Amino acid sequence: MMSDNEMDERMLGRLIAALPAAPENWERAAIEMPAFRRAAEHVLALAETDAEFHAELVADLEAALRRAGHEPNPALRAAVRHRLADRQ
Amino acid sequence: MSAEAEVVVSLVARCRSGDQDAWAQLVRMYSRYVFAICQQGFRLSDADAEDVFQDVFVRVYEHLNDIRDDASMRAWIGQVTRRLCLDRLRAAKRSPVTEDEWEAPDPDDALERVELAMDVDRMMAELSENCAEILDRFFRRDESYAVIGNALSIPAGTIASRISRCLRRLRELLEGRPKSTQPSGET
Repeated sequence: MMSDNEMDERMLGRLIAALPAAPENWERAAIEMPAFRRAAEHVLALAETDAEFHAELVADLEAALRRAGHEPNPALRAAVRHRLADRQ
Repeated sequence: MSAEAEVVVSLVARCRSGDQDAWAQLVRMYSRYVFAICQQGFRLSDADAEDVFQDVFVRVYEHLNDIRDDASMRAWIGQVTRRLCLDRLRAAKRSPVTEDEWEAPDPDDALERVELAMDVDRMMAELSENCAEILDRFFRRDESYAVIGNALSIPAGTIASRISRCLRRLRELLEGRPKSTQPSGET
């Protein structure tokens, strides 16, 4: 029969295992958020002077980012979405 | 103020002054938490989870100056993450889903377990580096005694007893007990 201590330790082990590391590239991108934020500013500045680009940005974010010369990774998309929402 | 809150208050202050290292530390402090809510709490697909993950940290970064109570960062991040996860589910199902209506897929309540796991994670930071690493490698990375022993230059035959001692120490910390006999070189 298992002792209370053994049960507690099993439970603790399960709780430790329940919090695995986030994928390394996700974490790295979040750390680099300030750089993505600057890129988002560039994209939004472009959209302000180009109505067609602005419409594309709203309709198809990934394609618009590619057209502006940016790799549309999730971190940049998130930064642009947030900026767009702020300005609406 | 808890140890976690003290660290967060200091990190947020440094982030506000543009300290990139502090921002990296803040991200590392909560990345597991955000990831676990997305993945275990709401079972989002990898693509949706990654989008939510980045959205959360954009919001944290953008609102660093607006956060009124730095000490409650974890609660705020948890709330933002849950809301964004629900938005994702809502968008996918095209039907309203509120936090009250949503049911955790795990009968043990996945979100509650994530919160408990985060409490344990915070306490692991109070353990010796050796102890925290042994527990991390064994429970999270699923490494064998031999691999752990080799990586940390510890005899593999002592890993099981070290794990047990580290768990005991962790339990004491969680229970707020005064320090008992120190495991040799591990706390």
